[in-house]
Amino acid sequence: MTGPASVDDGPLIPRDRDVHPVAYDPGYKTSVTRSPKFPLLAMDSTVTEETGPVFGHDSLGPLDNNLILNWTKGAAPAVGERILVHGRVLDENARPVRNSLVEIWQANAGGRYRHIKDTYFAPLDPNFGGCGRTITDDEGRYQFLTIRPGAYPWPNRGNDWRPMHIHFSLFGRGFGQRLVTQMYFEGDPLIARCPIVETIKDRGQIDRLVAPLDFSRAKPHDFLAYKFDIVLRGRRQTFFENKPEGQ
Amino acid sequence: MVQPLEALQETPSQTAGPFVHIGTVPTYAGLGGVYETELGRATFLDGARGEIVEISGRVLDGAGGLVRDALFEVWQADADGRYPGQDGADPKVFGWARVCADPESGEWRLRTVKPGRTRRRDGLEQAPHIAVWLIARGVNVGLQTRIYFADEDNGGDPLLARIDPKSRVDTLIAEKTGEGAYRFDIVLQGEGETVFFDM
Repeated sequence: MTGPASVDDGPLIPRDRDVHPVAYDPGYKTSVTRSPKFPLLAMDSTVTEETGPVFGHDSLGPLDNNLILNWTKGAAPAVGERILVHGRVLDENARPVRNSLVEIWQANAGGRYRHIKDTYFAPLDPNFGGCGRTITDDEGRYQFLTIRPGAYPWPNRGNDWRPMHIHFSLFGRGFGQRLVTQMYFEGDPLIARCPIVETIKDRGQIDRLVAPLDFSRAKPHDFLAYKFDIVLRGRRQTFFENKPEGQ
Repeated sequence: MVQPLEALQETPSQTAGPFVHIGTVPTYAGLGGVYETELGRATFLDGARGEIVEISGRVLDGAGGLVRDALFEVWQADADGRYPGQDGADPKVFGWARVCADPESGEWRLRTVKPGRTRRRDGLEQAPHIAVWLIARGVNVGLQTRIYFADEDNGGDPLLARIDPKSRVDTLIAEKTGEGAYRFDIVLQGEGETVFFDM
């Protein structure tokens, strides 16, 4: 092989924990007993973390990334404000993450989840399930058609509400890149009042989870659009030695 | 001022929340049939090489309570220590699956191929293990850990060797309870807290 070593050669770039939420945060009560007390054991990644499952397009159905229609198999559309959510998945080396599974889940337009454990009295929408999945293309792009989820109250402090949000699950190429996060919507005043958002202590990092309205992708008389780019861990490029000419 | 770096920062994590099952294991959440194929049902297909083992356990919080909503994923090598996608890997081993605790008993169960030994880039050999990534309500960043096996030679494993105090090594070793049967509890916090990694 000629040329420099691939950036896939080195271990995963260590997580910058200052980017992420703290594990223990009394403002988010459930974290109090579910946060490890011992420090995490930090080590270079191994083959275990640098490899991961690969999913083929054949494992997905054509409506899997259309939450407006996938619950009824196309028979009837979900209630709510129609939106396109799109973006790119990149790694820390600024390269697209190709052919990688993206899964989302969310509440319906009234703020109710279709889940055995959700007892909020906002009604279920018979035409809305609340999950979607897709695989990124060669540029790392993904897109979903869905409805804008509603805000909802949750038991934490006396009167806590979740801002409108969509949960994201990302795979990348290696198991050590696994990430779940949440996308918020530009202009939602509940973002600043949410204890789950506030588990992230760096305000600038919170802004990275807020998707702007993207009129360039809005379709007239049909749907609005929001853009949400995601960055997964990258690989540390290994030092490579000079190659004699001609080899 | 300096030149801007071209490197990007990882997107911040947020908790998977109590309804994580909708997006990951829809049948569990009551959305059976939304997808034609639900991903992560099994790590292997019939005909996979090697010994089939069954690991079961619970996930516990810092108050000793059962974490009934916990979901974790596993990733492992085949019986010969090859990860799916590597040359010569067993085509019947997918290596990845999702595991949920039972909503009533809090017990989880994983039936899988016992993985072989693998090698790190520095040449050191890793004892057979299954990587675990756990997410749940109240867990703000997914937790990485590993399941090792009590009846394997774990002495030379470079990760286990790094654990201090040594008494915590046992939190990563599944206890053998019968032929091909193992027990492994994951303790998120407090007495017997499982060792979690940043790797």
